[in-house]
Amino acid sequence: MIGFTTAAYVVAAVLFILSLGGLNNQESAKRAVWYGISGMALAVFATLIGPGSGLWLLSIPLIAAGGLIGYQLASKVEMTQMPELVAGMHALVGLAAVFVGYNAHFEIGNAAAANAMGADAVKELGSFGQLIAKKSAVEISILFVELSLGVWIGAVTFTGSVIAYGKLSGKVSSNAEKLPGGHMLNAGAAALSLVCLIWYLNTGGILPLLILTVAALFIGYHLIMGIGGADMPVVVSMLNSYSGWAAAAIGFSLGNDLLIVVGALVGSSGAILSYIMCKAMNRSFVSVILGGFGGTTGPAMEVEGEQIAIEADGVASALDDADSVVIIPGYGMAVAQAQQNVAELTRRLRAKGKTVRFAIHPVAGRLPGHMNVLLAEAKVPYDIVLEMDEINDDFPETDVAIVIGSNDIVNPAAQEDPNSPIAGMPVLECWKAKQVFVSKRGQGTGYSGIENPLFFKENTRMFYGDAKASLDKLLGMID
Amino acid sequence: MKIGTPKEVFEGENRVAMTPDSAKQLMKLGYECAVEAGAGANAGFTDAAYEAAGVEVLKTPAALWKASDIVAKVRQPDAAELKRLTKDKTLISFFNPAGNDDGMSAAKAKKANVIAMEMVPRISRAQKMDALSSMANIAGYRAVIEAGNNFGRFFTGQITAAGKVPPAKVLVVGAGVAGLAAIGTSTSLGAITLAFDVRPEVAEQVESMGAEFVYLDFEEEQADGAATGGYAAVSSPEFREAQLAKFRELAPEVDIVITTALIPNREAPELWTEDMVAAMKPGSVIVDLAAEKGGNCKLTVMDEKIVTENGVTIIGYTDFPSRMASQASTLYATNIRHMMTDLTPEKDGQINHDMEDDVIRGATVTFEGDITFPPPPPKVAAIAAKPKEVVPELTREEQLAAETAAFKAQTKQQVMLLGGGGALILLLGLVAPASFMQHFIVFVLACFVGFQVIWGVAHSLHTPLMAVTNAISSIIILGALMQIGSGSFLVILLAALSVFMAGINIFGGFLVTRRMLAMFQKS
Repeated sequence: MIGFTTAAYVVAAVLFILSLGGLNNQESAKRAVWYGISGMALAVFATLIGPGSGLWLLSIPLIAAGGLIGYQLASKVEMTQMPELVAGMHALVGLAAVFVGYNAHFEIGNAAAANAMGADAVKELGSFGQLIAKKSAVEISILFVELSLGVWIGAVTFTGSVIAYGKLSGKVSSNAEKLPGGHMLNAGAAALSLVCLIWYLNTGGILPLLILTVAALFIGYHLIMGIGGADMPVVVSMLNSYSGWAAAAIGFSLGNDLLIVVGALVGSSGAILSYIMCKAMNRSFVSVILGGFGGTTGPAMEVEGEQIAIEADGVASALDDADSVVIIPGYGMAVAQAQQNVAELTRRLRAKGKTVRFAIHPVAGRLPGHMNVLLAEAKVPYDIVLEMDEINDDFPETDVAIVIGSNDIVNPAAQEDPNSPIAGMPVLECWKAKQVFVSKRGQGTGYSGIENPLFFKENTRMFYGDAKASLDKLLGMID
Repeated sequence: MKIGTPKEVFEGENRVAMTPDSAKQLMKLGYECAVEAGAGANAGFTDAAYEAAGVEVLKTPAALWKASDIVAKVRQPDAAELKRLTKDKTLISFFNPAGNDDGMSAAKAKKANVIAMEMVPRISRAQKMDALSSMANIAGYRAVIEAGNNFGRFFTGQITAAGKVPPAKVLVVGAGVAGLAAIGTSTSLGAITLAFDVRPEVAEQVESMGAEFVYLDFEEEQADGAATGGYAAVSSPEFREAQLAKFRELAPEVDIVITTALIPNREAPELWTEDMVAAMKPGSVIVDLAAEKGGNCKLTVMDEKIVTENGVTIIGYTDFPSRMASQASTLYATNIRHMMTDLTPEKDGQINHDMEDDVIRGATVTFEGDITFPPPPPKVAAIAAKPKEVVPELTREEQLAAETAAFKAQTKQQVMLLGGGGALILLLGLVAPASFMQHFIVFVLACFVGFQVIWGVAHSLHTPLMAVTNAISSIIILGALMQIGSGSFLVILLAALSVFMAGINIFGGFLVTRRMLAMFQKS
């Protein structure tokens, strides 16, 4: 039976790798998700008939009940709420990792007791307990390290994801907030965790493990509280990575290779996503995690000129004259739920034979790829949705660029003002288009609080108002 | 308050400072509007058109000046007009304050407020009321048209059944507003257009208009023209020599020369010398837009067209905008209207002469019995961004060398990473038991595979990627399933909770991924 389970795990691991690899384009992705589903089904099945064959009566109904809830959640969720959903699900994985870690701890105790009582008592243990009972002293202490690592990462992931969920769904203020003491508190909690780990290694008692868990829960909470709304793409992908590492650490403590493989895959995937997001903001990972924008080196460049407002009829006539249009959506579009209107505008303009394309900055929105999903939901064909690098050179030949609810990602100060806090961040060079319309709720700065010289450029017109309402008005004038 | 526009008294001036269209806009600001009878006749705006727009038409200048609180006109007012100013009246007009001390004293004595349109500071915010630029634009256009009128050939090259016509070659000296307008007109007529300016930073603008910038073989740091309000500074004698030498070289080739070089408050620099005129082909045309300030060519006669002995026509008109009175009036009236908008922030028909405002302060020459000219420098200076350092093109060898160096650095980095990582693993292997090392190898390989695979994921699919990794990270369910068979109640409880949560995650994660992916559609 063990041979069969292992074989099934190998197949499942291959399927998981294929399911991630298949995401390199939209068509193969649709197939890839089935690989993932079959891999998961196979893995669960093999475990149920193999090492997890103990309590089917309990495990199968629980999986079914969880599945039902998951199904409900997934079919009801709005695409704009995707960031919250993903963050919330990370919290579940984190918490599950904590529980499994604790179980491993209890089982170690049980196994030690059984060992003392003799071979019969060992047979009474579950499959996992029997595994532990065979371990030598060195292996047990490594097991301690592994499980406390799993619990620690799991706990950080749990509170971190809960806070991230709260921030993304607006239940917690999205401002960066820190308790007095700031990062010293985090450092203190981390040091405390380390002390607890050593203590735990020496005694094997439950108390150090509990303290370690509380410290980790605190770190997760405080770390994410200190990160502001626009850095959420990094946070979510970082938590994604953590949930993977937690699974891998638990895999070590359970001696389960499939857990290790999948945990490592997920962990590295999240790490790469975080790296891509940080690069897109030209900030180091550390500075994002520690929160807040880095200090500036001098006074910001004076912005001169004025913001000139325009009404829907002006935008409509400019769009009428334009041949090529580029739309730059941002988080504001998601907030205003304007993607359907944007898609309708796109359809009408395309029906008139105009080239309409979308320019997506890697950190637009609150989740990597957030804008793509929203536009896809509104049935904007994905082949006109382009990445920053693909479209940046085309702006000088573009007649009209429409900025909908984005700010920092189109801020020319990143290139022009070396003192700007976002200096050097790659941005969409929409100001090179012949005309730029900015749909924005009102005057004011974006998330980072940086004045955006784009709004003061001569070829920029401000189209004030709620994005959805403005686009509604605009759609009435374009037929 | 009432805004009035008299008929221009200057001989040959056809423009008018208010059009029926601009009057409508002014009324939106809460003003009443009036014009003198026949004020717009020469620009093509009849009294009837004004009346239709709701403008009061007053018969005599005296009545108009008397009735109006604000007088908007084009040309510098003459002595008779200045006499009509009274306290509390505001005059908006070209005023030439630098050369019009008498006028300023007269306005000061009357305690009238005078806004001189040529004093509008050249900053971005004030561009909409920059009448000098709008007039210069017309002058540049008209200069090409006048040149064409006096030039006996086509602008564009043609090959016809009746033979081949070479294209005209036009040289525009000075690429300010007028120069750029001339360049645009000339290129769109099909001529080969060359342009020169002492400010090398305008080369890009020139080239964007379709002309070829004439570069000098001369190394000198030129002051940024933007610092002096868009005008060129006086250049050094050496630079001037190099420039004249270049012009001498071009003179026999070009058919039309349009000179637009002006330096503020100075006589126009001589750029097109007599020997250059002599070197030009018969039939060539020179349009000297600097004629008012003595001309860029010394042969120019102000307000006249002359033909030299060798058949070169030199045009020295100074009234180009007035020659296109309808267009010029429309633009000028719009400039005035924008000025009024800034003067009426409340849109209540009451003038608010805010001397704290850079633009209004800059343009005001007399205010409540004081001469306020010259104005202090504006608070915001329109300094253009520093030109970017041009990165020299790398030669092939340098490129190769750079590539090799980058490759070497990369190799070094990789070897170091591999070596360091390998050493760490070996160290770990020395202390860790074999069972741990088995799992560890799997872990390292899986990380490696993960890194390789994830780099290939499309950016647009990052959200589905997160959802799917989220779903598969609930593989932690395996751990919980293994533990659920334990004898201890606490373990069973925790394991059961974990199974439940992971169950939510598996179904939720995969389902939402499928939902998202199904939405991605090709057009």
